[in-house]
Amino acid sequence: MNEVRDVAAGRLGAAELAANFADMHPPLTPAQAVVEANRCYFCHDAPCIEACPTGIDVPGFIRRIATGNLRGSAQTILDANIMGGSCARVCPTEILCERACVHTAQEGQPIRIGALQRHATDWLMEQEIAPFTRATPTGRRVAVVGAGPAGLACAHRLARHGHDVTIYEARPKPGGLNEYGIAAYKLADEFAQREVAFILSVGGIIIEYDKVLGRDVTLQGLRRDFDAVFLGIGLADTKPLGVPGGPLAGVRDAVDFIAELRQAPKERVEVGRRVVVIGGGNTAIDAATQARRLGAEDVTIVYRRGPGQMTATHAEQEWAQINGVRIRHWAAPLRVLEHDGAVSAVAFARTYLGADGRLALSEDRFTLAADMVLKAIGQALIPGPLDGAMAMFDGRIAVDADRRTSLADVFAGGDCVPGPDLTVNAVQDGKLAAEAIHRQIGG
Amino acid sequence: MADLRSSFAGIASPNPFWLASAPPTDKAYNVVRAFRAGWGGVVWKTLGEDPPIVNVSSRYGGVSYNGVRMAGFNNIELITDRPLQVNLDEIRQVKRDWPDRAVVVSLMVPCTEESWQRILARVEETGCDGVELNFGCPHGMSERNMGAAVGQVPDYVEMVTRWCKQHTRMPVIVKLTPNVTNILASAEAARRGGADAVSLINTVQSIVSVDLDLMAPNPVVDGQGTHGGYCGPAVKPIALRMVADIARDSPGLPISGIGGISTWRDAAEFIALGAGNVQVCTAAMHHGFRIVDDMIDGLVNWMDAKGYAATTQFQGRAVRNYVHWSDLNLNYRTVARIDQDLCIRCGLCHVGCEDTSHQAIAALRIDGQRRYEVIDADCVGCNLCALACPVDGCITMVRQDVGVPALTWDRHPNNPMRKEAAE
Repeated sequence: MNEVRDVAAGRLGAAELAANFADMHPPLTPAQAVVEANRCYFCHDAPCIEACPTGIDVPGFIRRIATGNLRGSAQTILDANIMGGSCARVCPTEILCERACVHTAQEGQPIRIGALQRHATDWLMEQEIAPFTRATPTGRRVAVVGAGPAGLACAHRLARHGHDVTIYEARPKPGGLNEYGIAAYKLADEFAQREVAFILSVGGIIIEYDKVLGRDVTLQGLRRDFDAVFLGIGLADTKPLGVPGGPLAGVRDAVDFIAELRQAPKERVEVGRRVVVIGGGNTAIDAATQARRLGAEDVTIVYRRGPGQMTATHAEQEWAQINGVRIRHWAAPLRVLEHDGAVSAVAFARTYLGADGRLALSEDRFTLAADMVLKAIGQALIPGPLDGAMAMFDGRIAVDADRRTSLADVFAGGDCVPGPDLTVNAVQDGKLAAEAIHRQIGG
Repeated sequence: MADLRSSFAGIASPNPFWLASAPPTDKAYNVVRAFRAGWGGVVWKTLGEDPPIVNVSSRYGGVSYNGVRMAGFNNIELITDRPLQVNLDEIRQVKRDWPDRAVVVSLMVPCTEESWQRILARVEETGCDGVELNFGCPHGMSERNMGAAVGQVPDYVEMVTRWCKQHTRMPVIVKLTPNVTNILASAEAARRGGADAVSLINTVQSIVSVDLDLMAPNPVVDGQGTHGGYCGPAVKPIALRMVADIARDSPGLPISGIGGISTWRDAAEFIALGAGNVQVCTAAMHHGFRIVDDMIDGLVNWMDAKGYAATTQFQGRAVRNYVHWSDLNLNYRTVARIDQDLCIRCGLCHVGCEDTSHQAIAALRIDGQRRYEVIDADCVGCNLCALACPVDGCITMVRQDVGVPALTWDRHPNNPMRKEAAE
């Protein structure tokens, strides 16, 4: 266990790193897109529409690809989901539209809806077409906290209705998790920033950066100064590992590792030779796979339950595995072992489901040597800035169907409200809230 | 194993698959490749009088349907653009080298007896097996009073056929244009003229598509286009009907079936409707001569499965069931049945019926699950849902026992001109 700890940047050459972090799924060629679009049956009451949290008219946009009406196709997508470009890249389509596709039932080969959506939206963005125009300005002002998918979607829909929107963003760049929280190869080529620029081009939206709720602005102040407030503040805190010991060199949050990979040159990001990732969600997958692609030799995800309980989809798990990540199920961390003030290994206990259906630790133990441990066991809402002003549910902000909080003029969406934590759900939250705000403040 | 050997209008070939008179049979190089690939015969691309015609660049146009290329195809090419003697020399050599294959020569010359007499003599010298009179070419030649200009006038068809029969001992096949109102008139004219057989259909007058940037019909020649001859899979239904009309209403006249034949199944359908053999062009132009492999063993395997030892055993078998509408049983009734286990919930059966037909398929949600159900009382048995359904076997049309005898329009009470049963 006392091998020399090996954490280093630049394990791979620049060319290899560039290839490893390039677009994971290259776009369809125009010919491929037409062939794929023509496979679509153009279903009536199509199951894929229902399976899309933003309700995109999937058969409608695919038919427009088949007929060569790419502008109409992209407009159909973006009207339902202004972040259709990033959703085309990051959505777990295998559990949403593509699972519902009737071709899945028929022959197990769904229409490649995500790839087609990317084809249409990429085309529109490349043409620099502005598909939406603002309504006559209403003079109403709305504050949005957080320039992530929920906040941006809300802001865009409000701007289309003619309202003026100011977004307060804690970080120096917009995009939220699209910019800081998703593996680099999923949103390659600065797509997150290009998409934000596209969204902002509608006009009427101002973003103020490095403005943290509770520090630079207050909920009370926003409610006073604006006609309505939308909170898209995400989950800014990470959950603790819950094992003995204080901070240790080599142990870090997977979300920070992922953010660093998006912001720093890849050759400057340090990674261990042996990496242990603890958790079972997409964050764990993104961290582990990127660690491998940075040149880590031995990367293991350890999850306390089985493959079916991982929140990472089957496709995500496979993606990690084909990248050489080992996934070990049914094990929970007991202790992080240290050597000279840094991590040297993690001790695990095998777990099982007890007679009462609860997870239990067995006496069966094992230890994984590690130069680096990435914690990916979930994020949490930082409630402080909310001043206890509104009702909460399960540690998140409680909202109704319109994404209205218990305060009539405050709405919320994205990861800070209950529900699935997908980009596409965040966009839908923002869109629904914007429509409710629009109805409420008029104009 | 079924024997595909064929004898058509007295011309023998090892199988009933010939290449039609068209670009694939323009010269020895192509024809030899076709024979090597296994084609039973060729109709050499149409010869004419010297000096040869001149073809344009940009000759073909295609219809892509749902991503499938060349579902329909058209051309504005004319007859051979090579000197007559070059073609005749090649024909002689090819026939000598491939004695077991059918080599028929397509001809088109001005509408004078001397012209036909002159060329027939030279063609006969090649040792070829027969001639096919091109009365069908719908473009370019008809403006010179040849091709369809002859084929559209039954008296001319009869006259030229008679000349040819008088001036050659070779079998004469008359190729018919579909660009007429009544194909029977053309066929009967050929028969009166003494034709040994007819072949059909030639291409259909068409504009295949319009280039919306150039604002000109395709294929575009220097900014302009002209009408051309349409062929390929899209024309097969038109051809089948014309072949069947002749087989039913002018029985005994041998028919070489042409029009969108791409597979052994297409060929079997033409033969079932009376064709003695078939000719192929577009499918070979799309995929090469190798398609004949599957045409041969596909037809053999199907015939073996059906117990047919030769194509003559099923030739024309479907003709007796090709009747006039007034002979159909109006008391025949079917109703759609949806196999709920096979249904993939695409809803196409419902939306087509609901929007455009008889509102006979209900779209239900049962515990949130889509379910499409036929409303028997409203279903007229039109087949639309079964045709639209993308799942084989999911929707079947089930015959209903109506408990009354067959009734045709001729005797139907709603028919003011009905025949009384007592008659």
